[in-house]
Amino acid sequence: MTDNPQTEQQVLVEAEAETMIPETGSQDASAAQAPVSAADGYWIDGEDIADTKADLSQPIDKMWQHRQFSAALVNPANRRKLTVIIVGTGLAGGAAAATLGEAGYNVLNFCYQDSPRRAHSIAAQGGINAAKNYRNDGDSTFRLFYDTVKGGDYRARETNVYRLAEVSANIIDQCVAQGVPFAREYGGLLDTRSFGGVQVQRTFYARGQTGQQLLIGAYQALERQVAAGTVKMHTRHEMVELIVVDGRARGIVTRDMVTGKIQAHYADAVVLATGGYGNVFFLSTNAMGCNVTANWRAHRKGAYFGNPCYTQIHPTCIPVHGETQSKLTLMSESLRNDGRIWVPKNAEDCGKDPRQIPEEARDYYLERIYPAFGNLVPRDIASRQAKNMCDEGRGVGPAVTERDHDGNEREMRRGVYLDFADAIKRLGQKAVEAKYGNLFDMYQQITGENPYEVPMRIYPAVHYTMGGLWVDYDLQSSIPGLYVTGEANFSDHGANRLGASALMQGLADGYFVLPNTINDYLAAGPFEKVDDSHPASQEALTSVKSRIDKMLSINGTRTVDSIHKELGHIMWEYCGMERWEDGLKTAIERIRALREEFWTNVKVTGVNEDFNQALERAGRLADFLELGELMCIDALHRRESCGGHFRGESQTEEGEALRHDDEFLYVAAWEYGGDGAQPVLHKEPLVYKAIELKQRSYK
Amino acid sequence: MKVTLRIWRQANANSTGQLVTYPLDGVSEDMSFLEMLDMLNEILTERNEEPVAFDHDCREGICGMCGVVINGVAHGGQHTTTCQLHMRSFSDGAIIDIEPWKAGAFPVIKDLVVDRTAFDRIIQAGGYISANTGSAPDAHATPAPKREADIAFDNATCIGCGACVAACPNGSAMLFTSAKITHLAMLPQGQPERYSRVKSMVAQHDAEGFGGCTNIGECSQVCPKGIPLESISQLNRDLVKSLFKGDGKAS
Repeated sequence: MTDNPQTEQQVLVEAEAETMIPETGSQDASAAQAPVSAADGYWIDGEDIADTKADLSQPIDKMWQHRQFSAALVNPANRRKLTVIIVGTGLAGGAAAATLGEAGYNVLNFCYQDSPRRAHSIAAQGGINAAKNYRNDGDSTFRLFYDTVKGGDYRARETNVYRLAEVSANIIDQCVAQGVPFAREYGGLLDTRSFGGVQVQRTFYARGQTGQQLLIGAYQALERQVAAGTVKMHTRHEMVELIVVDGRARGIVTRDMVTGKIQAHYADAVVLATGGYGNVFFLSTNAMGCNVTANWRAHRKGAYFGNPCYTQIHPTCIPVHGETQSKLTLMSESLRNDGRIWVPKNAEDCGKDPRQIPEEARDYYLERIYPAFGNLVPRDIASRQAKNMCDEGRGVGPAVTERDHDGNEREMRRGVYLDFADAIKRLGQKAVEAKYGNLFDMYQQITGENPYEVPMRIYPAVHYTMGGLWVDYDLQSSIPGLYVTGEANFSDHGANRLGASALMQGLADGYFVLPNTINDYLAAGPFEKVDDSHPASQEALTSVKSRIDKMLSINGTRTVDSIHKELGHIMWEYCGMERWEDGLKTAIERIRALREEFWTNVKVTGVNEDFNQALERAGRLADFLELGELMCIDALHRRESCGGHFRGESQTEEGEALRHDDEFLYVAAWEYGGDGAQPVLHKEPLVYKAIELKQRSYK
Repeated sequence: MKVTLRIWRQANANSTGQLVTYPLDGVSEDMSFLEMLDMLNEILTERNEEPVAFDHDCREGICGMCGVVINGVAHGGQHTTTCQLHMRSFSDGAIIDIEPWKAGAFPVIKDLVVDRTAFDRIIQAGGYISANTGSAPDAHATPAPKREADIAFDNATCIGCGACVAACPNGSAMLFTSAKITHLAMLPQGQPERYSRVKSMVAQHDAEGFGGCTNIGECSQVCPKGIPLESISQLNRDLVKSLFKGDGKAS
């Protein structure tokens, strides 16, 4: 599937339309009632925390250079004595494994797929940003930095984002040297295009398969190190526990997915590059196997979880067709440039052939509500309004069964039309085909409908999670020796991620950041040898085995997927596109009950000592059932709207998202409180020195 | 719709497998092929039977993890991956045979799951450009002609699913190997290792037990990414040239 960013430039133009609005002008519907607080018993307030690795006395453009100089180094001859475990082989993990292998460290790399080349980075479509200024159009490191912080709705850490922009140019050089076939012009130089609403052309791409090509580049570099013997690859191995010895991350426990063997692996440092947790919603654009287990196990062992509620919901995906749906497919949002979005004015028309519904009976609701931006409103508004139309009963397409706020089942149509009839009339079918042909083909393949004749149906879907494990400037978590990179950490995208930035972050972390910071920690090693006889290893191995035994012994009546789907419904209903205090409290209660249901009534077939996919899924779901509650608590405590987090109580009179910088200008870093106990909220205040805080406005 | 599935069940690499028949009712034509298998597995689980093991991940046709032989054709013969196949391609009452990739170099792990790690070892033998991180010159230092860059891209789209091997009567992985050879041979950055690469990769291909290519062309017919047979010609040209060069990590 292909994104077409050439036309995407118009979609997010609102990112430029911003004004300062005074804090006093805010409308807060929840002001009347006492705001939810730690006193309500959902969480405990803890001490504030701060990143101590970036030297804030340095100017922002010297900070990374300064950190590279101040970090301790490891003599090349000593590197082979140091072992690093890397979990994950996507852009962040694969690039780091290859680079640390080249540097001479002894790397152990793990993935749950049959080959490192399958990691879900491969599915990214549109492109990768880099501040090369090859177009001579005024781009710079500072502009990329500024766009990314603003796109994140001022909830990202400034220092990390600046560094991301700074190393972005090196990524392109590295990838070209590896043979990544980026799009080129006839002169043989690289082509770039606009993307994600910025005014410069800084996005490098490889047709609609940029993620695939970048990942294959990293994969080949990784396999080269496997051949050289510096990286030992463990495919079909899933990390199921972290081993912490004397406060340091010293190893992991894995399950061999073919034989079921539970085994500990030891190292001087552990890196988690395990991606996002969008599958907590069951349905998302993530791969089926994407999960939070590695991160959640680390969280339970002391790693703080940053901003877990920040989720990106993409407005243009192919709608759910029924209860048996297993995943959702993204359609490039560039389609909104020429397609017109509508639903019938009258609910009675929703079942009709759309071509039989006359013009005057159609509601082009985005054009009606947002005449200035029309169909090109930003992602979050487009998503939320599509939900509103369907909630009113004016959705289209086949009805699907879902649960309402009271837990009752109901039949709802979840889709809106994206109609190209006008575009075809205006431009001709040939022109539309040239622009969007591959997307139309993909749509037809999946839905069996011809979008040249019948309007497409789209609906929003969970796409990316900005939240993740909390890390400092060195990408080290709150557990010494545990590093977290790529989508798995929280650091670079704030409350919303801009297009073509995920690939940039994954490779920046993997190729350039981690290999220049982890040495500061490893320089103190090698650490005292640990083996299976250590009490910490024993505890980890025993807890993994007893957990698996427990899941296999319940032998209840509910399949893993049926419980996962129920969790997904709860998360989507209450912690999806629009979140309200009452709904989040309801969700927390339901998730707790569902977790109880899982641990007393799940049915997992087969045995551990076998290739057992039901057992794999059960283990992942058990962790999603804990994460889901924390996401709801995080969403509950953040009584503001920002980026992808829309709190119903915090909106302007026009229904726009309203931030509260006076109260919420911080990262929420959650500490695990223990089984059944409340999590502890640590705040990392966000300091903006290089950039001025502004409120975005789309009117 | 109602279908009759005949699925290859095999407990592990050392046991013998057999086709087992499962009638399945209530299948929607909007389901993907893998969602249909999910549905069967839910039913089997509720009946306390072992669900059918099959590989899959992205379910959007790009990761290369899925792949089964459907009615004798790898990926079902629709020029797409198994995950992108939908049940509307089948008629009500259809009998559908589902088998794993069958090739000597792809041993069965369980049911429809096979071991494709031989592909990774072929890449390890030379399917890369040696460029350590940090050592790269500016991306514009070496222009690449667009025509060759486009051919490189077409070959780089290979997803490593293994359908080419499953379709080949010889069990050859030449299409897979040649896609990587051609991808890297078309780029200026790939030139220094071009001829040693082809020698090493072909030697590893043979060592893994894949068969030789006899230009039958089934591989290209089932390739979900349309890798052309010309890529194998390119591999052969480079292999012949490499024999006159002394720089190979020879086999």
